[in-house]
Amino acid sequence: MNVKEIAEKLNLKVLSGASGLSNEISFGYASDLLSDVMGNAKSGEVWITLQTHKNVMAIASLKDLAAVILVSGLQPESDMAAQSDEEGIPVLSSSEDAFTLIGKLYELLKK
Amino acid sequence: MHFEFQVEGGNFSKAGTASSQLKKILKQLNVDSRDIKRVVVALYEAEVNVVAHAYQGVIIIDIDTEKIRIRIEDEGPGIKDIDLAMQQGFSTASELVREMGFGAGMGLPNIKNNTDELTVTSEVGKGTNVHMLINFSI
Repeated sequence: MNVKEIAEKLNLKVLSGASGLSNEISFGYASDLLSDVMGNAKSGEVWITLQTHKNVMAIASLKDLAAVILVSGLQPESDMAAQSDEEGIPVLSSSEDAFTLIGKLYELLKK
Repeated sequence: MHFEFQVEGGNFSKAGTASSQLKKILKQLNVDSRDIKRVVVALYEAEVNVVAHAYQGVIIIDIDTEKIRIRIEDEGPGIKDIDLAMQQGFSTASELVREMGFGAGMGLPNIKNNTDELTVTSEVGKGTNVHMLINFSI
């Protein structure tokens, strides 16, 4: 399933990085600790977090993640959005909290 | 091949710049993607450590067909107890750094898990040197 399909199914807003909407999502990783994501996320995964600063995109890019989903209606800081556009890694926003969103996402992505 | 990058202490907006550039170089050199992943995790964590703790640092990289050797030398407060710093969960990061999601005490363990050799030496009040070596799988 690609980023665009997930966004449509879960009613997520695309906030930046729209050129990466066709990125294929392999699975998901949820964490707000950056070193946890650095050490344990796998390429092609979508990252669910409440962190909204630019370093999120540095990690998403270094780890070849498919997209980032911000929970609870959070918005990216402007330099995070700018880097998302530059890298072609979409930042999406959900109005739902992490638990609810991840539950739905898991149902869509589980193998 | 030899490369050097400067790292500015405290500047989180530039953290990861050297890792990103090295990733591109390794891709151009056709290094196996699994090896690139290990190098990137290890260097990123080391870079963030300099940004979070030191005043400034330099990253010195030497690559040949079999391996990559990276030295990170910083001017900073140094590490009092390196064994303690190596433990998962131990951190001296500031409140601000922790709020950003760094400083969970996972950086040095991440480096250790992704390198074949790791040596950390430090002098309190002067700085820290991190030497790491990653052998390429092919």
